[in-house]
Amino acid sequence: MASIEMRSLAKVYPNGVRAVDGIDLTIADGEFFALLGPSGCGKTTLLRTLAGLEVATEGTILIGDEDVTTQPPGTRDVAMVFQDYALFPHMSVAQNIAYGLRVRRVPKEERNRRVDEALASVRLGDFGSRRPHQLSGGQRQRVALARALIRRPKVLLLDEPLSALDKKLREQTQFELMNIQHQVGITFVFVTHDQDEAMALSTRIAVMNRGQVIQVGTPSEIYEFPQSRFVADFIGTTNLFEGTVRGGETGHGGETGNLVVNCPEAGCDLIVDEIGRFSSGQRVWIALRPEKIRLSKQKVPAGWLGEPVNQIKGTVWELGYLGNRSTYRIKTETGKVVTVFAQNERRTSEWSIDWSDEVYLSWSTDGAVVLTQ
Amino acid sequence: MSGIDPVVRQTLSRIGVYVGVCVAIVFFALPLLWLVLTPFSKHPSYRATLNGVSLDNFDKLFHNPQLWRSLRNSIYLAGGTAILVIVLAALASYALSRVRIPGRDQLLYALLLLSSIVTGTAAMVPIFLMLYQLNLLDKQFAVVLVLSGGLLPAAVFMLKDFVDSIPRSYEESARVFGASPSQILRHIVLPLIRPGMATVGVWALVQVWGNFLIPFILLSDDKKYPAAVVMYTFYDTGGQPNFALISTFALVYSVPVVVLYLIVNKRYGFSFQGGIKG
Repeated sequence: MASIEMRSLAKVYPNGVRAVDGIDLTIADGEFFALLGPSGCGKTTLLRTLAGLEVATEGTILIGDEDVTTQPPGTRDVAMVFQDYALFPHMSVAQNIAYGLRVRRVPKEERNRRVDEALASVRLGDFGSRRPHQLSGGQRQRVALARALIRRPKVLLLDEPLSALDKKLREQTQFELMNIQHQVGITFVFVTHDQDEAMALSTRIAVMNRGQVIQVGTPSEIYEFPQSRFVADFIGTTNLFEGTVRGGETGHGGETGNLVVNCPEAGCDLIVDEIGRFSSGQRVWIALRPEKIRLSKQKVPAGWLGEPVNQIKGTVWELGYLGNRSTYRIKTETGKVVTVFAQNERRTSEWSIDWSDEVYLSWSTDGAVVLTQ
Repeated sequence: MSGIDPVVRQTLSRIGVYVGVCVAIVFFALPLLWLVLTPFSKHPSYRATLNGVSLDNFDKLFHNPQLWRSLRNSIYLAGGTAILVIVLAALASYALSRVRIPGRDQLLYALLLLSSIVTGTAAMVPIFLMLYQLNLLDKQFAVVLVLSGGLLPAAVFMLKDFVDSIPRSYEESARVFGASPSQILRHIVLPLIRPGMATVGVWALVQVWGNFLIPFILLSDDKKYPAAVVMYTFYDTGGQPNFALISTFALVYSVPVVVLYLIVNKRYGFSFQGGIKG
């Protein structure tokens, strides 16, 4: 049992900065949990507070059933992988990995045996006598992981685990991290500012801003159902339309309610399939992901895909070709610029949309989310 | 076409530079040449010439009872000071680097400034009086203390640079593993600042090795004199320097320092960036 529970946790620095501000969060045993947020949002401070490197000024931290709020780092049974890995440069790889055992005075034979096991588990069996600077970035990270896990901690904390790696290695290491977590089965908590990293690795994400947790959820919940403009905007790309609720409208099937929102920015009413209750005249924002929008040169007939469709006319303002997909920036008739991602399904197409083309943006009623804050 | 051909001009300017460099080399190399040549000369003088090679001077020096004793004293003073300075400076610089106290840097600068006075001539009278009152005059370890006191601020200043360059994540990582502060110091910090400690050690050693004034004033028994002070006695009664002894002694005296420098330089490369090699 090594769940983590934070209750009204806060870290206030002597200069009055509230780096972590009243966090209530429960991380379940065996979860791969991400703390995601822009730089300076307090995520690293929160991680360091969990490690015991910072002492919480308010609130409590429970690891398992134990209150560790005031315990020093060494007694918490947590391990940490630092952003720069912090491998001791004057020690060999094997000595580095053995350090946690050495400090605990584990007998030498057992220490050596466990180091060999750990080295083998990260596929670095022959690297024990090397120095950290003789390893590549990916190997260093594996050594840091082996070093952290050798003590069999209850919780592993990782500070930006992939940020020091290049893009290719990052993707590879992502899967490796997931495998290792699966094997050891302990709780992993990691900090990142990179939403792709958080999405790919974690079972759940806490999005943080200004020392507070804004939203907690699985990657798809966070992406598809953001609860605030901050989350919608921070995770991925979002087109936001401000508007006021005009009223409800029954859907074609009749079972779900459609919300009609008056959007001067879009130049028309937008219809959103929304279960939440909104009052008429309420100020809302419609968040629409770029990949949910379909681009076409011809107007899409109403009832496309059997649903009422939102449609805006615009001109291609900017176009970025990215190989697998293209990014279009469409200027609508009201002057609002909307970002659209389109898959390049064919190598060439006579229908391809180019600069200054007049296009229709269309999306179904369940493509967008209505936000109130 | 005006003036000289650029190729010629370039060549001329290069010749000028080389001539200037040669003059500078001769200016600085001559004393060294004297140091190396004169001990082997049959008729040593202030000239850096070699008129017939002989080892007579060494024979004379090695039979001088003061030689080995004074070198031993020098080693005691320099070694003792170097060790004391390394130990205290390592602890102080670690503390000063990691503990946040207001006015820390100012304190360090003030100490650095004061230290140049403490070991300087200006402070000799009060230091002498203080040691007199403490009954520490004519004691070699008192000289070690005074010399260490003078060298410490600069040593702390140098070492702090090394400690500052160690990422804190090393220590934090050790803390998460459960290492105690003393374990962190022994396992992590001290091994990492070893190049810095070597640099400071050699620097302190050289400072003391060549120091004349402090041991000369604080020691009265000529059996306790270090080599730098003993060399001062190699004058005849008429005030004429005994070139044979002085030059030979100077060469023997400088060898340990040069050897030490070469060893440490080879091992650590005297990098002041705290760069940690393998």
